[in-house]
Amino acid sequence: MPQPPTIRLLAFARYAELLGRESLELPLPEPPTVERLIESVRALPGGEGLPPVVLVAVNARQAGGADHVAPGDEVAILPPMAGG
Amino acid sequence: MSLLTSDPIELAPLVAEVVADDRGGVATFLGLVRDHHQGQRVVRLEYSAYPEMVEGVAAGILAEACARWPVRVAARHRTGVLEVGEVAVAVAAAGAHRAEAFEACRYVIEELKRRVPIWKKEFYADGTTGWVEPRP
Repeated sequence: MPQPPTIRLLAFARYAELLGRESLELPLPEPPTVERLIESVRALPGGEGLPPVVLVAVNARQAGGADHVAPGDEVAILPPMAGG
Repeated sequence: MSLLTSDPIELAPLVAEVVADDRGGVATFLGLVRDHHQGQRVVRLEYSAYPEMVEGVAAGILAEACARWPVRVAARHRTGVLEVGEVAVAVAAAGAHRAEAFEACRYVIEELKRRVPIWKKEFYADGTTGWVEPRP
């Protein structure tokens, strides 16, 4: 039986602490959009602590809610930048 | 050269990346770990990053600076645990004159702080920790 399509979620900094891990495989959502994927992340244990608006990158490029995700994509949830 | 390093940052090699015989004005910026933040005593910082995205965003910022001013620019940002006084970030910009060097240097550090996916966790004197949120 073929494996269901997945994406790889990366969480950083405060968000990794909320979810308790830095990466995990998630099923490709239906519809396969960033917005739908973030909804599924909010449903994970700890995900309720995410703010109303979450910065997202798909394959290391910033993405919006309506952008599509494809099987094998690397989707990162990024806390507000605080470098320098 | 990539932006991120886990080694201590030295300014002289960064300057060497940007100088040339026809670029006589060199402006530099160093960001050091400070011992206080919003009224709390800080003893160390831990920087973490999303490396693939950092390098793409940083390369874009450096290219923007070179497109806006006739300069050569270089920058370095350290990750890992840094003690108070250590260099976290450094920028060097060189142009024929000081005006473009100062402006490009400022532009690069401001944009790096605004756009690169790097985060810092503060370790306070009272033993607690906190993630730094950027100023709105």
